[in-house]
Amino acid sequence: MSNSLKLRGGLVVFCLLLSLFAMAPTLMRDSLPQWWLDTFDPIHLGLDLQGGMHLVLGVDVDKAVESRIDTVIDQTETQLREKDIIFKRIERRQGDRMVVLIYDEEEGVKVDNLMAESYPSLEAETITGVGGYIEKHYRLGDNEIANVKDYAVRQALETMRNRVDQFGVSEPTLQRQSGNRILIQLPGVKDPDRAISLLGKTARLEFKIVAEDVNVQDAIAGKLTDGTQLLYERNTNRATGAVTETPLVVYDKTVLTGDLLSDANVRIDTRFNEPYVAIDFNAVGAKRFDQITAANVGNRMAIVLDDTVYSAPVIRERIAGGSAQISGAFSSQEATDLAIVLRAGSLPAPVKILENRTVGPSLGQDSIDKGIKSILIGGLLVIVAIAVYYQLSGVVAITALVLNLVFISAMLSMFGATLTLPGLAGIVLTVGMAVDANVLIFERVREELRLGKAPKLALEAGYGKAFLTIIDANLTTLLAALVLFQFGTGPVRGFAVTLSIGIIASLFTAIFVSRVIFDFFLQGRNVKRLSI
Amino acid sequence: MQLIKPDTNIDFVGKRKLALIVSAVLILIGLASLTIKGGPDYGIDFAGGTLVQVQFTEDTDPAAIKSALSGIDLGSLVVQSFGDNQNEFLIRVENTSAELQGLSAQIQSALEATYNEGSVDIRRVEMVGPQVGKDLRGKGLKAIFYAMLGILVYISWRFEFRFAVGAIIALCHDVLITLGAFSVFGKEIDLPIIAAFLAIIGYSLNDTIIVYDRIRENLGKHHKESFTFIVNRSINETLSRTLLTSGTTLLVVLTLFILGGGVIHNFAFAMLVGVLIGTYSSIFVASPVLILWEQRKKAAATEE
Repeated sequence: MSNSLKLRGGLVVFCLLLSLFAMAPTLMRDSLPQWWLDTFDPIHLGLDLQGGMHLVLGVDVDKAVESRIDTVIDQTETQLREKDIIFKRIERRQGDRMVVLIYDEEEGVKVDNLMAESYPSLEAETITGVGGYIEKHYRLGDNEIANVKDYAVRQALETMRNRVDQFGVSEPTLQRQSGNRILIQLPGVKDPDRAISLLGKTARLEFKIVAEDVNVQDAIAGKLTDGTQLLYERNTNRATGAVTETPLVVYDKTVLTGDLLSDANVRIDTRFNEPYVAIDFNAVGAKRFDQITAANVGNRMAIVLDDTVYSAPVIRERIAGGSAQISGAFSSQEATDLAIVLRAGSLPAPVKILENRTVGPSLGQDSIDKGIKSILIGGLLVIVAIAVYYQLSGVVAITALVLNLVFISAMLSMFGATLTLPGLAGIVLTVGMAVDANVLIFERVREELRLGKAPKLALEAGYGKAFLTIIDANLTTLLAALVLFQFGTGPVRGFAVTLSIGIIASLFTAIFVSRVIFDFFLQGRNVKRLSI
Repeated sequence: MQLIKPDTNIDFVGKRKLALIVSAVLILIGLASLTIKGGPDYGIDFAGGTLVQVQFTEDTDPAAIKSALSGIDLGSLVVQSFGDNQNEFLIRVENTSAELQGLSAQIQSALEATYNEGSVDIRRVEMVGPQVGKDLRGKGLKAIFYAMLGILVYISWRFEFRFAVGAIIALCHDVLITLGAFSVFGKEIDLPIIAAFLAIIGYSLNDTIIVYDRIRENLGKHHKESFTFIVNRSINETLSRTLLTSGTTLLVVLTLFILGGGVIHNFAFAMLVGVLIGTYSSIFVASPVLILWEQRKKAAATEE
């Protein structure tokens, strides 16, 4: 055996062994030692094959900007009062600007000074408005707005990650996509509706004091006094489970928010044997809770989650220690989920579901079965066709084809690529196209034989002449596959991956491996006739 | 075994007028169908909407499902059977409201009210918002555009510019006819179909390049022969390879089409049409374009 052949044969055997080694975790996961599984992962299946949920959420970043302005307004209002600056009104306009209405220039200067000191990043503008008022506009700069938006998405992603971690899904994927979008993939999730409600909840927890002196009927009719708002309390009838809503008027001002929580847990109320959520405040929150309860003994405090009042107990005494409870006739799963979202923190802005693809596990298994059946039957048909057409040389091509499939699977596992349903289609397609290279070579060899060349020389010439043609033809297909990978999303990307891997593997097997096989069988023999 | 005898010499180039008519008719049928239907029939990936795949334990039909769902306000509603099964259906709704999580549950309970409890299995729910749909459509078009551009550059570099033009014309021809076939057969264009279009582009190109490669080689070998003769000879010389490769590819695509299941069905359909048309176009479109180019160049030269 010549040295060159030994070397090339050795390379093929090495690739084959490496491939089998890489494929083993996919085929026989349970019977392998741990170090083996650590080296090579089994082939990752896409959500369309293993079942699961693919979500794209859009963060309402404009809301984040609004709430940032609202915070500034709250703080400025307090400061203006503290400094005894006379103003008529302070409000938010057009989402991104705060307007202070004042009576004269003198106070205007004071407002400007205060704002310049407290919020140097705000852009100021003075407009003399109707009715002799002066309007002081303060607007977030474009940079600042971009920052707020960016931060909102990052924080939302962080919060989502916390929630998903506590939800208990194996190998979740959370990614920030372009702009304000977040991609979440939850493989094998059992209860998609629960996952959506858990992820989509803003979970903004607020404590507000109930305005007992306001007539609720007036409020419902739309006549609200300044500084109050109408909310609805959710009541669940313990016996029937029916949910009713009771109107309730509260003061606008949020006395405490969920940001100051340190923990939230599900406990069981022994009186009704039903779960409630116990919350603990951190040091700052506990102190503030202490002050608020002290100042409001006898009043009711509404516990508001995402604008729904869960309960509004009467404050009987000052509460030190910083714990409270949210009860509301929850089912145990509702209570668990509420505790999860409270622990994970609230979203900085509401999110909207832009895309949702959920595939049940049974459909995924069906797709795998059908895909593999197609590969096997399609492959078998090709094998028969090639064997009939090219006889023994056909067998060489078939060996190359089988090795090709082995290499593709191994490369999928080695690169940690994800196999999707279109990806399976890509493999089937490669099987059809992989024989093309061998067909090209064999047709060339036949031409050379017809010219009267000896078998070995004809093989040599056939491989040589077909080589560039094959490279040109495959590189252009590879080009299309790479573009597809760049622009494709999800399953389409999976197709591009298997197609690219398939092209590379088939170039190797059709040009290199098949040649090694020929050389191996023809070495040292004086072959008169080639079975082709 | 041989399908094509070595000395075969079919006058493909001479039939290029006939081929032109065939191509024109196929493209026109497609365009007419597209015009009548007001553009391609986009699936939810591109148009936005909600798709629910339901499997029943018993056979039923779309009309019965529609009446079972009449209690819920779903807006426009399309029910189609999935694959060849009489117990599996796709329910497509235009609605993409934020209250979506309720939708599949609503559909399930409405169906279970009519059929039996536990006889309804929601196997897949896909919701795509209108904005995402628009983005995906843009991305898909971009992918096809850049793929073509890359191919143009590569072939101009490896061959000549006129070869690149011929290849691109053949590609547009193939994609247009496949698009038309989708419209005629009322099939929806979805994300995987864009992948199929790119695979068709790749495949058709593969075919075209192999013929071109032979033309390039023969141009060097036979200086005395006319360009038309060389092109025709090259097509004949590569004919057995063309038929064999198309044959094996068609075998697997057919397998996919028949056995691949509903999700992959349209993908396989696109490939089936694409492989047939791609093979045809590399013989009857890509090569005649070269001849046309050559003739116009000559005509321009004699005028001067």
